[in-house]
Amino acid sequence: MDLKEKLLSSFLVFENQTEIDSYVSDVRNDAIKMFEKKGFPTKKDEAWKYTSLNKLLKEDYSVFPKQENALEYRDVEKYFIHDIDSYKIIFVDGKYSSHLSETTHDGLDVCLMSAALNKPKYRLVIENYFNKAATTDSLPSLNTAFSKEGAYIHIPKGKIIEKPIQIIHFSTGNESATMLQPRNLIVVEENSHVQIIECHQSLTSNPVLTNSVTEIFAKKRAIVDYYKIQNDTQEASLIDNTFIKQKQESIVSVHTFSFGGKLIRNNLNFYQEGERIDSTLKGVTIIGNKQHVDHNTLVHHIEPNCESHQDYKGIFGDSATGVFNGKVVVEKEAQKTNAFQANNNILISDKATINTKPQLEIFADDVKCSHGCTVGQLDESALFYMRSRGIPEKEAKALLMYAFSNNVLSSVKIPELKHRITKIIANQLGVNIGFDL
Amino acid sequence: MLKIENLHAGVEDKSILKGINLEVKAGEVHAIMGPNGSGKSTLSSVIAGKEEYEVSEGHIIFEGEDIEELEADERAHKGIFMSFQYPVEIPGVSVTNFIKTAINETRKAKGLEDMPAKDMLKLIREKSDLLEIDRKFLSRSLNEGFSGGEKKRNEIFQMAMLEPKLAILDETDSGLDIDALRIVANGVNKLKSKNNAVIVITHYQRLLDYIVPDYVHVLHNGKIVKSGSKELAHELEEKGYDWIKEEVGA
Ligand SMILES: Nc1ncnc2c1ncn2[C@@H]1O[C@H](COP(=O)(O)OP(=O)(O)OP(=O)(O)O)[C@@H](O)[C@H]1O
Ligand SMILES: [Mg+2]
Repeated sequence: MDLKEKLLSSFLVFENQTEIDSYVSDVRNDAIKMFEKKGFPTKKDEAWKYTSLNKLLKEDYSVFPKQENALEYRDVEKYFIHDIDSYKIIFVDGKYSSHLSETTHDGLDVCLMSAALNKPKYRLVIENYFNKAATTDSLPSLNTAFSKEGAYIHIPKGKIIEKPIQIIHFSTGNESATMLQPRNLIVVEENSHVQIIECHQSLTSNPVLTNSVTEIFAKKRAIVDYYKIQNDTQEASLIDNTFIKQKQESIVSVHTFSFGGKLIRNNLNFYQEGERIDSTLKGVTIIGNKQHVDHNTLVHHIEPNCESHQDYKGIFGDSATGVFNGKVVVEKEAQKTNAFQANNNILISDKATINTKPQLEIFADDVKCSHGCTVGQLDESALFYMRSRGIPEKEAKALLMYAFSNNVLSSVKIPELKHRITKIIANQLGVNIGFDL
Repeated sequence: MLKIENLHAGVEDKSILKGINLEVKAGEVHAIMGPNGSGKSTLSSVIAGKEEYEVSEGHIIFEGEDIEELEADERAHKGIFMSFQYPVEIPGVSVTNFIKTAINETRKAKGLEDMPAKDMLKLIREKSDLLEIDRKFLSRSLNEGFSGGEKKRNEIFQMAMLEPKLAILDETDSGLDIDALRIVANGVNKLKSKNNAVIVITHYQRLLDYIVPDYVHVLHNGKIVKSGSKELAHELEEKGYDWIKEEVGA
């Protein structure tokens, strides 16, 4: 039985297990039909030309973990950013771990999707927002069909949430191969501000395939900063589908840091549904071995006077491959749009490759749009300069690569997080220098 | 301290240095002058360990050791410093972070711990004061958008921080205004001791009024064609290089 068939037959069992809520179960039923019709994407799909899921789909994944696996905090402590006070929503093999988490209902909801889907008091929010941003592409549909657990965050009007929210998905590897379908819903009401950090962490070398969907709704003048730390093991793969709907004057940024993992595909979609909206998409990718990271972004400018800023940096070693496919659509009504896109890459090995492709579809006439892609090597004269001052080759290269990514890092607003990322980068580059610029 | 014997070096199909002999002892200041393209910067780069140049013959002995096989950073760890004629811009790395890394990597190579942050700050303050460098300057990206003079002053600041045994100053005076020249030269002189040595590459007598050389050498077409005392620099300033070229040709 191939994975698609396995998923389709498991759906029947899954639907029987879950409590029937008419709205959500309708959505799930439509979604599984959509997935059945479309199947997994193949290289024939334009959007998947450079990323093949073939090998990944051959694994015999367990679709529902059979047993609950408990984790001790001390065993996973290092994956938390623990030097900051934060809310935590933690999952182990797709199931909520209450003792690792720190949730709240006090003035805001930071809790579980399963609770929100089942309790009547969340019904209105679910009906208004659940699956209202996600597309019906095959992988988001698959997630929707199996959507049951994930983070649910609802910030009411006018709240500045000082404590960042950490969402961590652990997989224990107790099954020989695991497939996870986390589903997050984040609604930030008018004038509110929240910061969220998300990561996926496998604890063994057993294969994991995560197909995640996150829907974010930023209302008028809301500010949302979302950080994705992708530093998983070499056997873990992630398909991240994130959909963001912004209203008037809201400011949303998503930073994606990709260092670990076997195959990562980021489908990041912004929809600007109001005037004077600001959207920021930034990323740093530093990979080697046979790792593959694909950034597939969309910014849809629908209304006038909005901005979008995209800045993606990639450093590729060994036989690593990168893909950047950045699409910007500016509708006819979206006059005075400012849309910037930059994708800069450094190849540090002959065998590494990057496919970078901007796609601009501009229907308005009074707009400022720019895009630029570069692919280069490290500057030899800079390396000699540094080495002549006593900095060894590896450290000199690391410093140059760090400097190359620095303007993405410098916009991370949580200092402890920036520090953590800096450490991961130093580790990734095999050096022990501080980089504190 | 430094002994160069019959050094031949060049790039692929072009020989640039054609048999250089030079000995620099601790406590000495040597000036190297010579027309454009004669090989002065190449000589400095070869001493500093730039891999682009291939040494086909001869030896560079530093403190009794042939350094031919050493990488540029290993040479720096031994105490060789070159102030670049054209310092390289490195966006995204601040002056402070760069010099901290350079110092700590040098210490690491010697088996020492990182310099405590407090001492580092103190040292930075002391040396930037010596060269009259504004502190704000130190948080800027290394050499990026620096004026010609600022770049040169920054080179000497790094030299002051690293305290090398042998400093090669490749046209450090070009681009400096008169006040800056005095400040930089004063900085170099303060660092001068009987245990270290300086090679000054320049086109002008002016710098040598401040940093007074014990010997002046003239490099022409890849060879040192004349050596003398500081008077030679005055003579060159007056008469140019033609008379030397004639002497050599003769
Ligand atoms: N990497 C290189 N490739 C090709 N030619 C080179 C290279 N480096 C130096 N040269 C040549 O070697 C000669 C010596 O150059 P060098 O820079 O050492 O001269 P210089 O004496 O420092 O001159 P200036 O006074 O103008 O600074 C020049 O003709 C130069 O073009
Ligand atoms: Mg020169």
